[in-house]
Amino acid sequence: MTESVTAGRVPIRGWLRFFRSELRLVFGRRRNLWILAVAGAFPVLIGIGLRLATHQGNSGGPDGVAFISQLAGNGVFLSFIALTLLLTLVMPLAVGVAAGDSIAGEAGYGTLRTLLAIPAGRVRILSVKYAAIVVFAVAITFLVAGVALATGAALFPIGPVTLLSGTTVPLADGVVRLLLVALYVAAAMASFGAMGLAFSTLTEHSLGAIAALAILVVVSEVIDNVPQFAAVHPYLPTHWWNSFDALLRVPVDTGTLGRGLLSFGIYTLLWGSIAWARFSTADVTN
Amino acid sequence: MTGTRIRNEALSAAGLVTISEPTAESAGAAAPAVLAVASSGITKRFGSGQVAVDHVDLAVPRGCVYGFLGPNGSGKTTTIRMLLGLAFPTSGRIEMLGVPMPSGAVQVLPRVGSLVEGPGFYPFLTGWDNLARCDAADRTANPRTAAARIGEALDRVGLLAAARKRYRHYSLGMKQRLGIAASLLAPRELIVLDEPTNGLDPQGTREVRALIRQIATEGVTVFVSSHLLGEVEQVCSHVGVMRAGRLVFQGPLEELRRTSAARIRVQTAEPAAAEAVLHRLGLADLQVSGHQVSAQLGEDQPERICTELVHAGVAVRDLGVVVPSLEELFVGLTGEGFDVHD
Repeated sequence: MTESVTAGRVPIRGWLRFFRSELRLVFGRRRNLWILAVAGAFPVLIGIGLRLATHQGNSGGPDGVAFISQLAGNGVFLSFIALTLLLTLVMPLAVGVAAGDSIAGEAGYGTLRTLLAIPAGRVRILSVKYAAIVVFAVAITFLVAGVALATGAALFPIGPVTLLSGTTVPLADGVVRLLLVALYVAAAMASFGAMGLAFSTLTEHSLGAIAALAILVVVSEVIDNVPQFAAVHPYLPTHWWNSFDALLRVPVDTGTLGRGLLSFGIYTLLWGSIAWARFSTADVTN
Repeated sequence: MTGTRIRNEALSAAGLVTISEPTAESAGAAAPAVLAVASSGITKRFGSGQVAVDHVDLAVPRGCVYGFLGPNGSGKTTTIRMLLGLAFPTSGRIEMLGVPMPSGAVQVLPRVGSLVEGPGFYPFLTGWDNLARCDAADRTANPRTAAARIGEALDRVGLLAAARKRYRHYSLGMKQRLGIAASLLAPRELIVLDEPTNGLDPQGTREVRALIRQIATEGVTVFVSSHLLGEVEQVCSHVGVMRAGRLVFQGPLEELRRTSAARIRVQTAEPAAAEAVLHRLGLADLQVSGHQVSAQLGEDQPERICTELVHAGVAVRDLGVVVPSLEELFVGLTGEGFDVHD
C-alpha cells in the first residue's frame, strides 16, 4: 500500500507511462504499420508517375491538381502534390482507422472493462487515446511529406522555390514552409481524429466507426464541390484541409490559415466534448 | 457523484490534486470497514425497461470468501459491473472497502483486483505484454517493480512458461488464468472474480479453487461468482444467491445448510401403520410413496422414532435421516432451469 501511494504521487508520470504503453500498442500493431507503409509508398508512386509524364514531354499529369506545373522545375513541390492528393481520402482513412479503433477496439476486445476496473480512469483513457491519435496524425503527415521530399529531390531538380505568388525564395525557406504546411495538415488530421474518437465511443465495433468516418469525409467533400452549397462550405469539416497553399505565398495568407486553424480547433473541442459526454456516462457492457 | 469523480480525474490528470492519497474525509480508508462490499437497494433498469438487478443489498464481510451464486441471467454480472464502476446503478448505494462507488473508484479500485465476465486482453500481445499494459494503465503502480510483479503474478497462476506466447494462442483455461493473474498484479484487499471457472475443465476448475483458497489465506476478501454451486461451495464461507435480479439468500454457508430441514425416511412393508405412528409423534409434512414413508424430523431423535415404530409392531426394513444437498437447496432457491426433470 505505502509503495503504491508513493508511486501515485506524480500523476503526470503515471499518465506518461500509460501514454507510452498506448503508443506501443498503436505503433506496434502490424495493421497500423501497414497503413503507414502504404501511405508512405504513395508519394513514391506519384513521383515516379509524374516523372515519367514530364519525361515524355507532356505538359503535366492529372488536370486540376495544384502545383503540378511547378514540379518539373522543383522537386520540393512533390510534397505539396502528395499532401493534396492523399488528403482527399488516404490520410483521413488512415487516421480514421486509428481513431475509430481507439475506444471501440478496446470495447470489442473486452479490454475496456479491464482498463476501467484497474482503474485507468475514464477521462484518463480518453486523454491518452486522443494523444496517441494526434501522434499518429503527425506521424503519417510527416511521413508523407518527408518521403515526398526525398522522392522529389531524387527525381526532379532541387533549388530555390518559386512560390504561388511568383516570388522566389531560397531552398531553406521553402523547406521551412513545407514544415509549416505539414504542421497545418497534421492539425487538420488531429481535429479529424477527435471526430473519430467521438464516433469510437458510440459503438463497440471499430469497423462501424471507421466506415462512418469515411462516409462523412466523402459526403463533406462532395458538398464542398457543389457551388450551390457555397454558404455552408466554410463550416464543412474537410473544407480547410487543403488551404495550406496560403503558406506558399508572400506575404503568407494568414486570414485563410487562421480560419482553417479556428475550424480545426472548434471541431476538436466539439467532438472532444461529445466523446467525453458519452464516454464518462456510458455503461460498459462488453 | 459522477461529476465529482470526473472532475477529480480531470484535476488528477492535470496534476492538480493527488487522488490516490487517502484524505481525511475518506474515513473508510483510515478505519477499515467491517464490510468489504456493502450495497443498499442497488437497482439497474436498462433502457428497454428490463430490470436486471432489483434492490440488491449485499453485505460481504472482510476476510471471507463470498460465493455469489445464481443461474445465468440472474443479474450477477450486472451487479459486479456496478460494484466496479463499469455500469452505473439506476438507484441505490454501493460501498467498496468503505468507500462509496462509483465516486470513489479512483481511490478504492487500486486495492481491488478483478476479473469481469471473462478475461479481456489484446489477442495480438503476449501474456506478459498484456499484464504490462494493465500495469501501465494503473496510476498507482510503481514502474520499477513492474517486471517483478508481472513475473510473480504469472508464476502464481502457472503461466510463466507461456509468458512470451501471444494471448491469441492461449487455451481457454490459460486465458482465465491470465485474467486472475491481472487481478494479482498489486497487493489487494479484495478480489472480485466473475465466473472464473467458466469454460474450464475439471482440472482447471480445481486449480482455480486452490488459487482462491490460497488468496484467502493471505487475508484477502474474495468475491467469486458462479452459476454452479458445486464449483465454489468447497471454498466459500459465505454465499449470496441471486434469482431473477433479486438476492434471495445471503449469509454464512452454514446458515444456508441450517435452513434445510432434515427428514426421516422409513422403508417398511406396512407404510400405513408407519404413517400412523409418525403422525402420532407429531411429525410434519408426512409423505408416503410405495413402501417409503418420510416426514420432517424436526427436533425429534431418530432413535426414539425407531423405538416407537418397533413398539407399534411396524417391521422396519430401513430407517435413515436425509439432509438435502446444498445443490438441492440452491436449485430450490433459484428454481429449476428449463428442461430439468427429475
